[in-house]
Amino acid sequence: MSTLHAASIAELSGRLARKEVSAVELAQLFLDRIEAHRDLNAFLDVRPEVTLAQAHAADARRAAGAATPLTGIPIAHKDIFVTKDFASTASSRMLEGYMSPFDATVVENLGAAGMVTLGKLNCDEFAMGSSNENSAYGNVLNPWDKGAVPGGSSGGSSAAVAARIAPVATATDTGGSIREPAAFSGVTGTKPTYGRPSRWGMIAFASSLDTAGLMTRSAEDAALVLSHMVGFDPKDSTSVDRPPEDFSRHLLAPVAGLRIGVPREFFGDGLAPDVETAVRAALEQYRQLGAKLVDISLPSAELGIPVYYVIAPAECSSNLSRFDGVRYGHRAKNYADLNDMIRKSRTEGLGAEPKRRILVGAYVLSHGYYDAYYLQAQKVRRLIANEFRQAFTQCDVIAGPVTTAVAFDFGEKAADPVSMYMSDLYTIPGSLAGIPSMSIPCGFGAKGRPVGLQLMTNYFEEAQMLAAAHRYQLATDWHTLVPKGFA
Amino acid sequence: MALTLDDVARIAHLARIEITEAESRRTLAQLNDIFALIAKMQAVDTTGIEPMSHPLGGGQRLREDVVAETIDRDANMRNAPALEDGLFLVPRVIE
Repeated sequence: MSTLHAASIAELSGRLARKEVSAVELAQLFLDRIEAHRDLNAFLDVRPEVTLAQAHAADARRAAGAATPLTGIPIAHKDIFVTKDFASTASSRMLEGYMSPFDATVVENLGAAGMVTLGKLNCDEFAMGSSNENSAYGNVLNPWDKGAVPGGSSGGSSAAVAARIAPVATATDTGGSIREPAAFSGVTGTKPTYGRPSRWGMIAFASSLDTAGLMTRSAEDAALVLSHMVGFDPKDSTSVDRPPEDFSRHLLAPVAGLRIGVPREFFGDGLAPDVETAVRAALEQYRQLGAKLVDISLPSAELGIPVYYVIAPAECSSNLSRFDGVRYGHRAKNYADLNDMIRKSRTEGLGAEPKRRILVGAYVLSHGYYDAYYLQAQKVRRLIANEFRQAFTQCDVIAGPVTTAVAFDFGEKAADPVSMYMSDLYTIPGSLAGIPSMSIPCGFGAKGRPVGLQLMTNYFEEAQMLAAAHRYQLATDWHTLVPKGFA
Repeated sequence: MALTLDDVARIAHLARIEITEAESRRTLAQLNDIFALIAKMQAVDTTGIEPMSHPLGGGQRLREDVVAETIDRDANMRNAPALEDGLFLVPRVIE
C-alpha cells in the first residue's frame, strides 16, 4: 500500500482488477492523506461517508463484472462543478453551503464510469484569478514551496495532484486556469477543445471560453480519464456533437517526423531565463526523439490579454447577474427594498476580483461602448484563431512556455490586477482560439519551483497532443517527481 | 480615454454593486490600468473581420419544443433564502 498514492491510474486500475486492493481501501488511503495534509487548504468539502459509500458501490460493481477501467479510482472535483452530495460554492461567500439539486455532466459522466469522489477543491472565486489568492476560503499552498502560490484558478486541483492526495482532479480553463496552475505545481494539466466537455453544471464565468479539463500525474492518466469525461451533451447549447473517442489510442505513436511549431512570440523579452532554459531543453529533447522543430509566428498572440480582458469580464458580468439573493445564494440581512436587497446581497457576497470584472464588463457592454469593446474584441479574437489555423498548416503541435516565470510568492501580485493578468500571456491565445492545450512538467527554475511546457494542437486533435506529451514523459522523469514531505 | 468617478458610480449602479467613496477611488485607478491594457486591441484594423462568438462557429443549437425532463420544484427551491407556499419571497415591489 505504501506507494499506491503515487501510482498511475493504469496501475491502480490493474490492482483493483486483480483484487490486490479494493476501492474502499483506495478511498480510505486518499482520505487519510487529505486529512494529513489539511494545511495545504486544497479541499473545501470532504465527506468521508459519501466517498466510502461510492467506493463500496464501486467494489460491488467490480464484483458483478460490470467495471470500467476507472471503477473505484478516486477523483476530486474543482468546486466550480456542482455536485449533489457535496457543497458547491465556486469558492465564493455568495454560494456558501449551496447544495446543488443535480450533478454537473462532467461529474455525472465520471461517476457513471465508477469513479469515486474524494471531495471538492478550492479555487479562485468563480474561477477568476491566477494564484488562488481570490478564494473566499483562503489560500492553497504550493506543495513544492509553501511560500509560493499554486497557480490559479484551479490551484486546489493542481496542489492536490502534486501532493498526491488525489490521483486525478477535474479543473476548468477560461484563460489558462488549468495550464498555469499545472505549470506552477509541477503536474500535467489538460484542456480539451472548447465545446467537447459539457458546461452543464459548471458554474459559468465566461461562457464562450469556459472549458473543463483535468489535472493528472501524466498524459497517459489524462487520456484515460478524458475518454470517459467528454461527450455530446444536449443540455449544453454549445456542446459539440462528435462521437466518443479513445484519447489513448495514439499514445504509442512515435515522435519521429512530428512537426513541432515553436512560436517566436513566446520567447520574447517577458520570458524569464530559467523558464526559457527548461523549455528549450524540452524542445531539444523532442528533437533528439526525432521531432522536427519549425519556427512559426503568431503575431497577434500578444493581443490576447487585452481581448480576453474585454470578453471574459463582459460574459462574467452577464453570467454573475444571476446572483441576486432571490432564488439561491447569499441574501443580505438588512435592506430597504428589493433593489437594495439585490445590491447589498451582491456587495456582501462577492469578492473583490469578481466585482472588478463585473464592473469592467458592465462598462464595455453599456450603451454606446459595445461596438468599440466587445465586438472589436470578438473580431481580434478571430484574427488570433486564424493565425493558429495558419500555423497548423506548418506543424502538428505547437510547443512553448506556459508562464513567463515560475510560481510567484503570496502577495507578490495581489495588489496589482494588471500584473496578475499578465501571468496568462501564453495561455490566453489558445483559450481564445478554443484549441486543445496542456502543460507538462519539464524541469525546475528559480528557488526549485516547477516549470511547465505547453503543448497545443488543432481542434479535436487531443489524442495527438496527449501522445506527444506521453512520448516526452516516457523519455523523462519530471512528471514522476513528488515534492518533499509528500512522497 | 480615462474613466472618471462618475463612470465608476454609473457602472456600479448598473451592476448593482455598492462602492464606498474610498473604494471608488481605488477601483477607478485599477479600472484605468485595465482599460489602458485593453486600449492595445482597439487600434487593430478589423475591417471585414467577422466577430467570433464561438470557437467552432455555427451559433447555438435549438432543441425540439417538446416536454423533456420534469423539474423537481422542491429540490430546486431548497437553496432559496426565503420561501412561502412554494414561492420565492422578496420584499414588496408593488404597493
